Amino acid sequence: MKTNLKWVNQYLNEPLPLTEQAVLDLANQVEKTSVELESVGNGAHGQSGLVVVRVKTVEDHPDSDHLHIVQVNDGQADIQVVTGAPNVAVGQLVILARVGAKIYNQESQSLQTLAAVKLRGVDSAGMLVALQEIGVPDQVCPHELAAGIHVFAEQDELQPGDDALAALGLLDPIVDTDLTPNRADLLSIRGMAYELAAMTGRKVHWQKQALVESAAATDQVISLTIEHGLATGLAARVVEQKQIGESPRWLQALLMTAGYQPVNRAVDAAHYEMIKSGQPIAAYDLDQLASQELTVRLAREKEVLVQGQEQIELRAGQDMVLAAGDQVVALAGVASDSQLAVTKETKRVLLIAGQYQPTKVRQAARQLNLSSEASFRFERGIDLGMTQPALDDAAALLASLTAGQVLAGQVTAGFDQTLARTIPITTARINQILGTALSDQEVATFFDRLALPYDLADGQFTVHVPSRRNDLAIPADLIEEVGRLYGYDNLPTALIDGQSTAGDLTLRQKKIRASRALLESLGFNQAISYALTTPEKAVRFNLAGSQPVVTLDYPMSSDKTTARQNLLSGLLDDVAYNAARSVATIALYEQGRVFLSRDQDQQPEEREHLAGIYVGQISESTWQAGQKDRPMDFFAMKGRVETYLAEIGVTDVTFEASQSPAAMHPGQNAAIYAGGTYLGYVGQVHPALLAKEKLPTVFAFELDLESILTLAKRDHHYQPVTRYPKITRDLAVLVDAALPEQTVAEKIWAEGGPYLQAVTFFDLYTGQGTAENKKSLAYQLTYQNPADTLVEAEVTADFDQICMALTAAFDAEIR
Amino acid sequence: MTLIEELQALAKQARADLKEKRAENLDQIRVAYLGKKGKVTAALKAMKDVDPADRKTVGQVGNQVRQEIQGLIEEQKQAQAEKALAKQLAAETVDVTLPGAKPRLGNRHVLQQIMDEIEGHFLGLGYQVIDDPIDSPEIETDEYNFERENLPKDHPARDMQDTFYVTPEILLRTQTSPVQSRVLEKHDFSKGPLKMIAPGKVYRRDTDDATHSHQFHQVEGLVVGKNITMADLKGTLLSIMQELFGEKHQIRLRPSYFPFTEPSVEVDVSWDEVTADTKPEDIRWIEVLGAGMTHPNVLKMDGVDPEEYAAFAFGLGPDRFAMLKYGVEDIRQFYLNDMRFLDQFNERGN
Repeated sequence: MKTNLKWVNQYLNEPLPLTEQAVLDLANQVEKTSVELESVGNGAHGQSGLVVVRVKTVEDHPDSDHLHIVQVNDGQADIQVVTGAPNVAVGQLVILARVGAKIYNQESQSLQTLAAVKLRGVDSAGMLVALQEIGVPDQVCPHELAAGIHVFAEQDELQPGDDALAALGLLDPIVDTDLTPNRADLLSIRGMAYELAAMTGRKVHWQKQALVESAAATDQVISLTIEHGLATGLAARVVEQKQIGESPRWLQALLMTAGYQPVNRAVDAAHYEMIKSGQPIAAYDLDQLASQELTVRLAREKEVLVQGQEQIELRAGQDMVLAAGDQVVALAGVASDSQLAVTKETKRVLLIAGQYQPTKVRQAARQLNLSSEASFRFERGIDLGMTQPALDDAAALLASLTAGQVLAGQVTAGFDQTLARTIPITTARINQILGTALSDQEVATFFDRLALPYDLADGQFTVHVPSRRNDLAIPADLIEEVGRLYGYDNLPTALIDGQSTAGDLTLRQKKIRASRALLESLGFNQAISYALTTPEKAVRFNLAGSQPVVTLDYPMSSDKTTARQNLLSGLLDDVAYNAARSVATIALYEQGRVFLSRDQDQQPEEREHLAGIYVGQISESTWQAGQKDRPMDFFAMKGRVETYLAEIGVTDVTFEASQSPAAMHPGQNAAIYAGGTYLGYVGQVHPALLAKEKLPTVFAFELDLESILTLAKRDHHYQPVTRYPKITRDLAVLVDAALPEQTVAEKIWAEGGPYLQAVTFFDLYTGQGTAENKKSLAYQLTYQNPADTLVEAEVTADFDQICMALTAAFDAEIR
Repeated sequence: MTLIEELQALAKQARADLKEKRAENLDQIRVAYLGKKGKVTAALKAMKDVDPADRKTVGQVGNQVRQEIQGLIEEQKQAQAEKALAKQLAAETVDVTLPGAKPRLGNRHVLQQIMDEIEGHFLGLGYQVIDDPIDSPEIETDEYNFERENLPKDHPARDMQDTFYVTPEILLRTQTSPVQSRVLEKHDFSKGPLKMIAPGKVYRRDTDDATHSHQFHQVEGLVVGKNITMADLKGTLLSIMQELFGEKHQIRLRPSYFPFTEPSVEVDVSWDEVTADTKPEDIRWIEVLGAGMTHPNVLKMDGVDPEEYAAFAFGLGPDRFAMLKYGVEDIRQFYLNDMRFLDQFNERGN
C-alpha cells in the first residue's frame, strides 16, 4: 500500500511533519510497530529543473518533417525549445525540463543532466517532456496522453513557473508498506491514518463529504438481491452526470502517487474512495445493463465474463457473479464485464459497494488469474461499517466532479450482521503474556491511542472493537496491540524460569549422531540430496524390491514427482555432478528418510536410511611407492561398512552374494544380514548403468538405519584383559572355489573349542598347485585361556577337531 | 714372577689385546681372560699356594684386574653399539618436509553443522529434540500441517506457502510446526513444562533459484508452561542468535503475522557487532526468523488450556543462517553435494 502522507494529514488533528528526516523516522517507526516497509520516499527520484510553462508559438522545423520549434514562457521569459511531440499546441500548459535539469532515466535508473543542444541547426534550451520521461511508471500515466508530452488542463489552476514535480504530486512523501494477511485495515488511507495516529499520539478526524440528493429515488431504478448469503452487505447508488471527462489534476496526482492510472471521473472517483476508505466500489454504465434487477448469485451453465476480446467461461454453480437478470455484470469482487464500463457517453453511473464472500473471491481470482486491487481487499475482508458512508462519499465526489446529480437513497441488501464486538482483557493477563509490569492506566493509554473504546471496571477492560479492525477478535489480539505499541524493543529479556527440564538425546538420536560421526571418520562427506526424484530413480536402488511409491498430485517439474525409497539414487546424481566437474575422489554418505506408501489415505511409512558412495583413490599418500595408487575396491568398501556396523554395535553380521538390487554389479554385491535381519547391501554399482550415465566406477552401500537402530546394543560388557599367553596356529585348507569363505570361517568358529579367540584370514590362493576348481584359504587361529596358561596339547586337540570338521563338512584338504 | 706380577702382566696384555684387535669379538676376549678357563681365572687357581698372610692382598689385585678387564670390555661394547646406532640413524634419515600420508576425513554438511549447533544450544537449555518419523514425519496430513496450526482451508495465509499435495489430505509438510501438535497432544504436564525443538526438512512448491529451494530445513522451537512470557521468548532468541552469529550481535523484534502465533514477530539480527558506541541508525538488520506467542486456538486444538498455560514458538532457518554466516549466495549449493563445496567446511569444534 502506497500511502501518501499528505493525504493522511487531511484526516489528522495535527499534521505529521513531512521533512525528509521526519518521514524516514516515521517509516522506521512503522517498521518497528506495524508492518514491513517496501520503500519510503517520493516519486520525484531526485529530479530537478522541471517547470510548468505556457506554449506561446509553435512553428514547424524547416529541416524536419516532425520537429517543431516552440516558444514557451515560464512566467518570466520566453524560452525556445525544439520538440518532436505531435500533440504540442499554442496555449497549452506543459512541462519544460530546463537546461541543467536532472531527469530520471527509468531504464538505467539513474539521473541524467540535460544540456542545451542544437537540433538540425536550431537551438533548443531544454525539452518538453512526457510523464514517462520524468520517472512516472507507464502503467499509471493517463491513457489520453500516452502518445505525447504531458499537458495540464486549464482547470488545474497552474501558473507558468510553477514546480511541475509538485504539481504532479511527485514530491508527496510516500510510505510503501507490505501487508500481513491480518492487517486488511492498512489497505486504506483511513486505516493508515488510525495506525499513524496511534504511533504518534494524534487523533483521526474523519469527515463525510456533503451529499445533495435529487428528488428521484434510487430504488425506482434498480433493485439488489443476494442469494445464498454470497455477500454480507451490498449497497448501490446512481449518479446522473453531465461531464464524464478527465479528472482534475489533484485527483489524478493522488491516484498516480498511489499507483493507479487515472481513467475518467467515474472510475477515478471509485478508485479514490477505495484507496481512502478501503471499500472497493464498482462503477457501471447503468444504461448498458439488461435488467434493473441486480442479483449476486452463482454462475449458471454456459455463462461467460467478457474481458475485452476474451470470453472467460465461468464455472456453473461455483463462480459467484453479479448479474442483471440473465446478464453477467461481473465475476463478483474480481472483474467486471468490460462492455459495461463507464465511458464518455455514459449518462447514468451505477456505483456498487459491499463485501462478497472472501473464499469465493479468492478461489475465482486464483483460478482465473484475475487478482485485482478490489479482489485483494475482498479476500482479506473490508470494513462493512464503512461501506455505506464510502458509497455516499464516492457518489458525492462524482457528482461534484461531473456537475451531476445523485439519486435519493441507497439501495441495499444484507447488512444484517451485527458488527459490534467486545473483547474482555485484564492488565494482569497482558503483563503475564508480555512479561511486562504495565498499570491499568498505561494499558488504557494504549487503547486510547489506538482509538479503541473500552470500559474499565476492577482491572477488567471490555474493549469495543470498531468495525475497521476486523482482525481483532480475541484477547491475544489486544495483547499484540499493546505489545507492539509499547515497543518490542522495550520488552525485558528473560530466560524461562521455573521447573527445570533435562535436555538429553534419546538412545536412538545418539546412535544416529554416532552414525554420522563414524562415516565422517571413515572419510565420507555428509551429503543432503533431494527427497523428490523421478519414478525410476525413486526405486532403482531399493533394499526390498519395488514398493508402492508416494507420487505428487501436482508436481513442479518432471524430475521431482516421486518421493525416494532409497538414498543411493540421489548420491549417484551427486556423483554425476562431481564427475562432470572432474572431481577425482568422491566420497559421500547420506542419512535421511525414505518413503514407502501404505494406502492412499494414509501417511506413508517413513524410515531412516544410511547410504554411501565412493569413487576414486583411498590411498593416504600421494607419492610413496606402493602406497600412492590404491583405488577403492569391493573389499575396502565392505570393510568400511563392517567397521561402521561393529562400532555402532551390530553383531553377528554376515554377507551373502546377492543380485539385488539389479542396478548393482551381479558379481560384486553382498546382501548384509545381522542374525536373520536384512540390513542392506554393499557392492559396486552395475557397470552397464555407469557406462550409460558416463560415470566412473562407483562402490556403494545402502542400509536400513531403522533395523540397525533396533539391533544396535547399548550395554557393552567389559572383559578383563588376560595376563596368560596366547598360542597361534596357521591353517591352510583347500576347498571348492565356489564355497564362500564366510562358511569356512563360521565352521572354524563353530568347531573351535573354548579357547579360540580370533580367526584371521590371511591368504587366498588359486594358482599353480591348486586344482582348477579349488582354492586355498589360509587362516591364523589364536587360542587363549583367560584363566590359565594354555597347554599345547589342548590347542592341538582343538585344532585337530577343526581340521576334521572342515574335512567332513566341505571335503576340505588340510595343507 | 709373583702371582701379583703375573696378574698385572695379564691386565696389561688384556689392555693391549682390546686396543689392538679393536675388539672384533669382545666375547672371545672376555672368555680368554675371564671365562672358566680364561687366563685370569687360571692364574688365580694358584692362590691356594700363596702364603695365607698375602692372600688378601693377592685377592684384591686379582679382583682389580678382573674388574678392569670387565670394565674395558663393557666400554668397548658401549662404543660399538653407539657406532652401530649412529649408522642406522644415518641410514634411516628422511626428508621430513615431504608430504605426510593423510587419512581422508569426511566433513559434516554445513547445514547439519548449523543444526547441530542449534541442537547443542537448546539441549543445554533443557530442551528435547524431536526428529523421529513418528512425531516428525516429512509427509504430513493437511490437518496437522495447516488446520491444527490455525490455518483452515481457504485461509488467505495459505497463499504464502504453496504446497506439494499427495492427496487432498496428505502433503509434504511446508513447515516443522506440525511437530508441535504431535508432541504437545501427548505431553504430560505433571512432569513439567514442554521445551522442544524439531529440526527437519520441509518442502514448498517453489521453483529452485538462487534464493528459493523446493526443499529446505527448519528448526521449530516450542515452550509451553504456566508462566511463559514474551520476555522469555526474546531472551531465548537473543541467546540462540548470539550463539550462531556471535556474542556481540543484537536482535530486534518487529510485528508480523502468522496464523499460529499471537502476538507474532519477525526477528532481525544485526549484521555487524553492536557495541555501546554503535548508533541505532547505523545497525544493519537482517531478517532471520519468525516467532511469537502460540495462538490460543492452537493450544486448544492440542488439548492445552490457554487460560492456564502460555507458550512461545519460533522457526529457525538453517539454510538462511548458513547463507548469512558463510556468505553462500546460492541456496542450491547446499543440495548439489559438490565435493569442492563440502570439503571447505572442515573446521571442528567451532
